[in-house]
Amino acid sequence: MANPLRRRSPLDISPAAKLVSYVLLIGWSFIVLFPLYWLAVTSLKLPVDVDRGPFYLPFVDFQPTLAAWRNILFELGDDTLRPYVNTIVVGLSSAGLALVLGSTAAYALVRFTYRPRVGLIALGAVCVAAAYGAILGGVPWQLAAVSGVAVFALLAQAVARRSRGTLANDDIAFWLISQRILPPIAIVIPLYVLFQQVGLLDTQLALVLTYVAANVPIVVWLMRDYFMALPVELEEAAAVDGASVYRIVRSVVLPIAVPGLVATFLITLIFAWNEYLIAVVLSSAKAQTMPLLVAAQDATRGPQWWAMSVLVLIMIVPVIIMAVVLERYISRGILVGAVKG
Amino acid sequence: MASSGRPLDLDPRGVTNPDVTRGPRLHRRAILSLGGGWRSDAAARWVFIWPTVVVILFLSIFPLVASLTLAFSELVFARGRIEVDFVGLQNFQILLFGTERTHLLGLLKPPTPLGWVIFGLGLTVILRSLVGSLTGGHVRPLGALLRIAGAVLAAGLLWLVVQTLFSEGGRPGSLVVTMIYVFAGIVVQFLLGLGLALLAVQPLAGRRFFRIVFMLPLTITPIGVGYMFRMMTDTGKGPLEPIFGLLGMGQYTWVTDPWAARIAVIIGDTWQWTPFVFIVLLAALEGLDQEVREAAFVDGASHRQSFWHITVPAILPVSTTIVLIRLIEGFKIVDMPNILTGGGPGTATQSLTLQAYLDWRTLNLGRSAAIAYILLFLVTVIATGYVAWWRRRIRPV
Repeated sequence: MANPLRRRSPLDISPAAKLVSYVLLIGWSFIVLFPLYWLAVTSLKLPVDVDRGPFYLPFVDFQPTLAAWRNILFELGDDTLRPYVNTIVVGLSSAGLALVLGSTAAYALVRFTYRPRVGLIALGAVCVAAAYGAILGGVPWQLAAVSGVAVFALLAQAVARRSRGTLANDDIAFWLISQRILPPIAIVIPLYVLFQQVGLLDTQLALVLTYVAANVPIVVWLMRDYFMALPVELEEAAAVDGASVYRIVRSVVLPIAVPGLVATFLITLIFAWNEYLIAVVLSSAKAQTMPLLVAAQDATRGPQWWAMSVLVLIMIVPVIIMAVVLERYISRGILVGAVKG
Repeated sequence: MASSGRPLDLDPRGVTNPDVTRGPRLHRRAILSLGGGWRSDAAARWVFIWPTVVVILFLSIFPLVASLTLAFSELVFARGRIEVDFVGLQNFQILLFGTERTHLLGLLKPPTPLGWVIFGLGLTVILRSLVGSLTGGHVRPLGALLRIAGAVLAAGLLWLVVQTLFSEGGRPGSLVVTMIYVFAGIVVQFLLGLGLALLAVQPLAGRRFFRIVFMLPLTITPIGVGYMFRMMTDTGKGPLEPIFGLLGMGQYTWVTDPWAARIAVIIGDTWQWTPFVFIVLLAALEGLDQEVREAAFVDGASHRQSFWHITVPAILPVSTTIVLIRLIEGFKIVDMPNILTGGGPGTATQSLTLQAYLDWRTLNLGRSAAIAYILLFLVTVIATGYVAWWRRRIRPV
């Protein structure tokens, strides 16, 4: 481009097309940025300024004030800090855990061969479902779990000998990935009862576990594609040299999988960071996360727009910083599998 | 994302020749020769996959089974314990035929002439693709049965849509409204995202700026986006008041008109999710071999030809995956209507998840679970149908 003598490529854009492109791109940037600008402006307003109608420019239209910021960050500092810490802890640990579990499973599904027996799976499903039903019916969960395991252990051998049918890796992968279809509302009510029974309601742990379950399918989906697109030769060479599976994963696979892992981590983090429905069912006070706090600003006195704006802004800042820093990985990482098919 | 595994596969190469993408049985020799200890290679294959399976089993599958028992029960909260009263199909009966029918399915009225035309056309398409799928190639009895069931369901859904949207005095319930959100959202978001990706892939100054800005909405909690759009749609005190004033809509409130409220929800959803389509398509477009396009131009191809014959085939596989993901995620929509309109006016903007959530809040857990199951059934059928349809379509000739 810099060389003026370069022959004009047919891919170069005419000035008119360039102008149109810029107009459209800037137009959409405006659509994206304006609501965010409005959020920022609203956070600098007094309630009375919000109520009197639209004012756009601080110092010109209205006198900006940090009252809402002071209120949220200092006067109500503890009430803000607790959900914020909850969100960070739950977001990071659930995304990290989902990444570890999901990507190892994805790797295993690409590189190992599994042949689980249908009969055993059916038996296991029946046993645990029965135990689960018993728990819901009021049987103490320790008793139900022990009897479930006992029945399974008693029958496993017999069933394994009888059943011929086996499943393949693709079936396992499909089963794991298809869990993403599950609407959260379908599982959140039993989870509420379950966590209540084991005394985990309104704890960070309950949220972390639930988010891991909700996010693992997407990790398996993305990372499986990613690992499939990686060349197998390096790993084969390492295996021939006698390296163990763990060693191969740590020193050969991990370094080249970083972009995919980073992008996947970011996606699951954003999901857990912003999630509302599961959080509102499973937590009330102690484990409250930021989205709940934002929604709480719309309680009895009508929406407190200024407070809400502050909360949304402090909520998105860390994510945006991460997204900007890791932007390069997002396009490289997510899509190796997807783009190459 | 375009999984190369069989079940969700959307890529022809994966279907015809799985060995291209599937790794060889790399560690088999090592596995057979070693044993003992969780750090051994033999243990690794189980250590790698079992935690995930256990998590899914305990936190997705069993809750789902429990949800099924809930859907057939009524919960009574006694002091310190919960009683589950089995009520059979009562919850579903109320939802599909009883007092909640208008809420879930909508007000069903005989279609208008236009409605009949749409129903006729849709039915023709369904029947044609059914016949095509049954006659083309070898079909097993189970497959045939599933396809017929799918076609019957599709026809039923179409009939529901026609009766609620294209009839005198009919109105859609939360089921149809959810489908409106999903399908209108996907079409708008995909076209916008594709357009933006095509613009942003050009060698322009400030590409990185546009890319980061366009990504921003994804990072914001849907709750926050809902409140933001409540400010935006406020015709009295919102920032767009001058525009609404100019249009003579100063006294107008979006949330009292069912269709305006639904469109507001779709706009908010589009603002949030267009970036997803954009990011994925942008990466796909950047992966495109520019020399092929250049060669095509040298050979005298027009921009339009290059788009339809080079760009579109190249991004088709990833596009089908994007649509699948948005389909799956879109059916879960709840925060946007919950915050933006509160489900109103009346129940006009309620999605299935929102309806189930509101039932949960009033402790009607049985009915809530029943709605969740109807949603699960709907999205499973539609997603499976979509994947099956695409698989057939792009199978290499």
